[in-house]
Amino acid sequence: MNSMTTTTVARQRGQGCNGRSRLILLGAIVGIASLLAAACGDDEEAAEPAAAPETTQAPEPTADPEPAEEAAPAEEAAPAGPAAHCAAGETDGDLTFYNWAEYIDDELLAAFEAETGINVDYTTYESNEEMLTKVESGAAIYDLVVPSDYMVDTMRREGLLLELNYDAIPNSANIDPAFTSPPFDPDHLYHVAYQWGTTGIGMSYEVLDILGESTWAVIFDPDTAALVPGSISMLDDAPEAVSAALKYLGYSITDVINNRNEDAVREAGELLRATNERLLKYDSVTFGDDLVNGEVDVAHGWSGGFALSIFEADAYETHVYTIPKEGGVRWVDTMAIPHNADNVCSAHAMINFLTDAENGATLTNWTYYGSPNAASTPFILDEILEDPGIYPPPDVYARLELIPQMGDLGLIVQDMLTEAKS
Amino acid sequence: MQPANRPPASTGASGEEAAEVAKRRQGMLLASPGSLYLLIFFVVPLALISVYSFATRTSTGRTSLSGWNVESYRAIGDDVIVGIIGRSAWLATLTTALCLAVGYPFAYYIATRPRHLRAVLLVLVMIPFWTNGLVRVFAIRFLLGSNGPASALSESMGFGTFRILFTPTAVTIGMVYSFLTLMVLPLYVALERMDWSLTEAARDLYASGSKAFWKVTLPLTKSGIVAGSVLVFVPSFGSYVVPDILGGAKTLLVGSYIARQFRDARNYPLGAALSVLLIVAMLVAVALNQRSGSGADSGDRPRRRGRGRAHAEPEPVAAP
Repeated sequence: MNSMTTTTVARQRGQGCNGRSRLILLGAIVGIASLLAAACGDDEEAAEPAAAPETTQAPEPTADPEPAEEAAPAEEAAPAGPAAHCAAGETDGDLTFYNWAEYIDDELLAAFEAETGINVDYTTYESNEEMLTKVESGAAIYDLVVPSDYMVDTMRREGLLLELNYDAIPNSANIDPAFTSPPFDPDHLYHVAYQWGTTGIGMSYEVLDILGESTWAVIFDPDTAALVPGSISMLDDAPEAVSAALKYLGYSITDVINNRNEDAVREAGELLRATNERLLKYDSVTFGDDLVNGEVDVAHGWSGGFALSIFEADAYETHVYTIPKEGGVRWVDTMAIPHNADNVCSAHAMINFLTDAENGATLTNWTYYGSPNAASTPFILDEILEDPGIYPPPDVYARLELIPQMGDLGLIVQDMLTEAKS
Repeated sequence: MQPANRPPASTGASGEEAAEVAKRRQGMLLASPGSLYLLIFFVVPLALISVYSFATRTSTGRTSLSGWNVESYRAIGDDVIVGIIGRSAWLATLTTALCLAVGYPFAYYIATRPRHLRAVLLVLVMIPFWTNGLVRVFAIRFLLGSNGPASALSESMGFGTFRILFTPTAVTIGMVYSFLTLMVLPLYVALERMDWSLTEAARDLYASGSKAFWKVTLPLTKSGIVAGSVLVFVPSFGSYVVPDILGGAKTLLVGSYIARQFRDARNYPLGAALSVLLIVAMLVAVALNQRSGSGADSGDRPRRRGRGRAHAEPEPVAAP
């Protein structure tokens, strides 16, 4: 953060020095320096008023050592019972919808606008944390957001989500029962599933033929890795990297996190550290494109990313997304309403609209992610339903796990990736 | 003496004083937009960062502002973090040294061209600066990639595919490229303002070409070297875009580590503490540089006057 500021200032100075004396350059440095010095000296005074509102605004949930249980203070912060008394399809103003980038067919938004007569102000984000920061700080007010599984847990514990009023979402009956009592919101009070997907390995058929079947060993076992030509990339994401290592080591991610098995996490960290030098790179953005372009031959990544890259490059003959035999990670993105939403009824109306059987299918036919909507199945394209990378067969599905909210263990998990990169 | 001189002195003094006050007021007026901007977007955020560095992270990642402690500062002593800081410092030093090695002859060349050519060359130096830095880094990534032109060239020459992307070498190349302009410009200014008759004098007194350079030119351009080095070192120390994109995020540097604390780990206190520590370290380094005399011509007026013309001060040389 500070480095960016410094760079900007330095660049402006650098440009300005054309034909100016070096005096100005050095003067600028001294100026910045003295400003900094002043700021450091005044910290206590300057900071107090700025800090005060935050303290009052956010009643401190006293450090909760048992994340598996309901956090009592957070429950207090959340309003008791459904706050909204909206009828099905009722709207109360234009909807601000904050969703992941590239995650909805624009025609669905247009159809919703036509049906309800309200406008949808649609903006996007790239990570759960980005969304959380905006909602938490109140810097922007959103009526509807799309947090992933663990983020639903974090947000409800912090009292950032509104309890849903299912009377206004009759279509929620369409949701597959497998998605209505997940560990991150067991009572299904705060979320309705939106799309789901998996984390596994993308590879060329050449590599898959050598391996016989997909396995994490191609990344984590030096002997297996030596069998296959080419290079490997992993997600630059600590929970995903550690989960992959845990799966390879034969652990259940859920057990490790919920039982706070720090030893297992450290064992996974050791494995990551030993793997680091074998990797070409860590990448959470271009892993799919790099795979089909041949920059890497084995890539740890998200199902949808591979599906999109393989589709765009028409690489169905050469590359494939697989879920390793040891199992992988499954995730669910959900619709939820922030505690400070303005147009709660409009948000309910949108959730109801998107859980409609045909609309749910339109969503999946555009994103190529799995649909949690049981009623949508007849409307989903066959090529999606038959793709084992999107809809894995039951025996593979059984080996997939959600990454639970990690609590304090989350920091250790972050440290594992940090240490692997040292 | 005082009473006798009083009337003229007092009118003179008050007139001068009034002029001085008006001048000062005008100066403050001119500086106020800049100062206000820095106050709102620099001093205040910095103060907030300092406050957060003493706060606590809750288990869900929220930052709790009650219960102040220095735990985050203590955590910085951890071997892993010290290692990260050490690596970043080494990379920044290497980048600075390479920028200096490349930039000095380059600036020397430009400064010794005829006046009209200098302007053209300077514009050429600055053109990359008008392009977004991220775009330039991605361009390098393409250049160095295994499917890129560099690789195609090495393959056509029979050296096989070129695997340099996602290595420390690629990071260093990218860093030098990103920050070279920041080194060249202050060096150019220092060289251009230098009084070349002093080098001539050295040669007249039988100094060899290299001796004249080391004993006259180099010391006279020391301020440019220091300014350029600071301008390159500071941003390259905290840089995280270049190492992540060209290094494949395989080796963690302090900039990425701090960004990670704010983004992934949601450990604001640790990220803030590390930021504060870096800022303070930079300040101390710059202050030491200033004090050591290399930057004397930037502030210390009496001392500068005392040194006189022989030191080729910018103003007297520039005037004619």
